[in-house]
Amino acid sequence: MRFSMLPKVFAQMFKKPWTNKFPAKYIPPSTTKFFEDVGAGKAKIIPAVETPEGFRGKIQYDKEKCTGCKLCLRVCPSGAIEFKEKEKKIKIYLARCTFCSQCNDVCPSNCLSMGNEFLLADADIYSKDLIVE
Amino acid sequence: MKEKTTSKTTYQLPIGPIHPALKEPVMFEFEIDGERIVDVDVSLGHVHRAIEWTGMRRNSIQIIYLAERICGICSISHPMAFIRAVENAVDIEVPERAEYLRVIQCELERICSHILWAGVAAHEIGFDTVLFLTWQMREKVLDLTEYLTGNRITKAILTIGGVRRDITKDHHPKIFETLNYLKDNFDKLRHIFLDDKTFQLRSQGCGILRYEDALKLCAVGPTTRASGVKKDVRVDQSYAAYGDLDIKHITPDLLTGQVNGDVYDRIIVRLLEIKQSVELIEKAIDQMPSGDLVSEPKILKILATIKKTNGEGVGRAEAPRGEVIHYVKFNGESEHPYTWKVRAPTYNNILPWIPMLKGEQIADIPIVAASTDPCISCTNRVAVIDGNNNYELNKEELHRLSVEKTRRLMK
Ligand code: SF4
Ligand code: SF4
Repeated sequence: MRFSMLPKVFAQMFKKPWTNKFPAKYIPPSTTKFFEDVGAGKAKIIPAVETPEGFRGKIQYDKEKCTGCKLCLRVCPSGAIEFKEKEKKIKIYLARCTFCSQCNDVCPSNCLSMGNEFLLADADIYSKDLIVE
Repeated sequence: MKEKTTSKTTYQLPIGPIHPALKEPVMFEFEIDGERIVDVDVSLGHVHRAIEWTGMRRNSIQIIYLAERICGICSISHPMAFIRAVENAVDIEVPERAEYLRVIQCELERICSHILWAGVAAHEIGFDTVLFLTWQMREKVLDLTEYLTGNRITKAILTIGGVRRDITKDHHPKIFETLNYLKDNFDKLRHIFLDDKTFQLRSQGCGILRYEDALKLCAVGPTTRASGVKKDVRVDQSYAAYGDLDIKHITPDLLTGQVNGDVYDRIIVRLLEIKQSVELIEKAIDQMPSGDLVSEPKILKILATIKKTNGEGVGRAEAPRGEVIHYVKFNGESEHPYTWKVRAPTYNNILPWIPMLKGEQIADIPIVAASTDPCISCTNRVAVIDGNNNYELNKEELHRLSVEKTRRLMK
C-alpha cells in the first residue's frame, strides 16, 4: 500500500490515550495545594501506574541492624552515602543516588532494601524526603 | 574595463555545533553547490565529559555504573565491554547461566535501541506518526526491562563475574507476552518502513556507503553490515553465550537479494536485527542451563583480587551501533584502574559520513546523518585546550602524543 500508516492513524483516533493522567486529569495550578486538598479529602487523585515487583525505588534503611561496617560506602558509585562517625550509622542522600542497589547487595547485615516509592522530585536536594538515615 | 567577478559558484553552510536539528553537538561544514553537497568536513570535541578520568579514581565495581552512563541507550553494552575487560585482566570464569542472562539483556537493549532509531529516522524525514508507533512498541520493551531489572534505562544488572538478577519461570509469562507482541507488530513495522512510498522515495539510493569505503573507513555495526561487510562481534568472537545460539550476520541481501549500502538498506538491517534479537531471546530462555549467577558472590573478594592484579584486559561487545571496546590496566597497587580506555562505535562511524553525504542534497542531511545512529557524546574522548581556546592537533602531533601515551602506559 502506498500510505500504509493511514489506517493505523484512523484507528488510533478512536482509542483511549495510553497516558495515565497522574495525578489529575488536568495540571493543577499548584501541585502542593492539590496534594493538600487530596489530604483533606477535597480532591481525588488518579493513582499512578503500579511499580513492578523488584522495582528499585527509594532506599529503605533499617538503622537498628546496621553495624557501621562502611562497606556500602566503598561500593556506592556516586558517593551518595555519608558515614556518621559518632553514631556509626549511615546517611543516604537520595539526590545523588542512582538506584543501582549495589549497597543492598554488599551489606552484610541486610539492612538496606529498595522500596517502591518513586515520587522523589524536590526543589531542595537536602529536603527531609530525600535523606534516608 | 570591467572587472571580472569571482567565478566561485559554491558556498559554505556550517551546521552546528549547536543547531535545532542536531540532538548532540557536532559540527558540519558543507560546501554546497546549489542544493548539492560538494564537500563536507566534520569536527567533534564539544562534549568531552572526562568519563575515563573519573573512572580512574573509582574502583571497578563503581565503574560499572559509570560505564553505564557513557551512553543512555547502550547501558548494557558499555558495562558489558568493561566487565569483559576486567574479567580478561583478572581471569574470571563466568558461570554459563550468567552468560545466557547477559545475552538476554543485551538483546533486549538492541531491540529498544533499534526501535528507537526507527522512530528517530521516521522523524527525520518528517513522518512523525511512525515515530509514535515505534515508540509505543519500545514502551512495551522498556516495561519488560523494568520488570526484569528494576530500572528502565540504566539497568544496573551486570556485575564482574556474572549478572545480578536471575530470570525465573515466574518471569516467563511477561517475557513471552512482550516478545509475542513484538512479533505481531514486527510485520506492521516492516510493511510501513519497507513498502511505504514515502520511505522508499526518501531512503532508496540516498547516502550510499560502498563496500570498499565501509571496509577502508572501518565502519562498524549496522552501518557496515548494510554495505555488505560481514562484521559483527557477536558472531566473530561469539562472546557470552552467542556461540551456542546459532547467530548469523545480518546483511540486506537476506531480504532483497542485493546490497546497495543506502539508507534503505540500513533500515532493512536494523529491522531484521530486531527480529533476530527476539529469536535469540527465545532461544536463550529455552537453552539456559541452571547454575550460579556469579562466579564470586562476595564483591569485596573480587575487589581484593583486582587490587592484587597487575595486568591489562580488553573487552569487546557488539552494541546496537557496532563494536565497543574497553581497555583496562591494573598496576597491582590499587583497586582503581591505572588506565581505562573506551572506544565507542560512533567513533568509527563518523568518517563514513563523508562518502555518504557527498553528492546528496541539503534536505537529505538529517536522514543520512541519522542513518548511522550516531551517539556523539559517547565518542568524545579528548578535548585539547590551549589557554581558553579549543585547539586542533594536526596528524603528526596527534601521532606523537599517542605514541608517548602508549609508552607511558606500557611502563
Ligand atoms: S543504590 Fe547505588 S547509588 Fe544509591 S546509595 Fe546504594 S550504592 Fe549508592
Ligand atoms: S554495609 Fe550495611 S551494615 Fe555496613 S554500614 Fe552500610 S548499611 Fe551499615
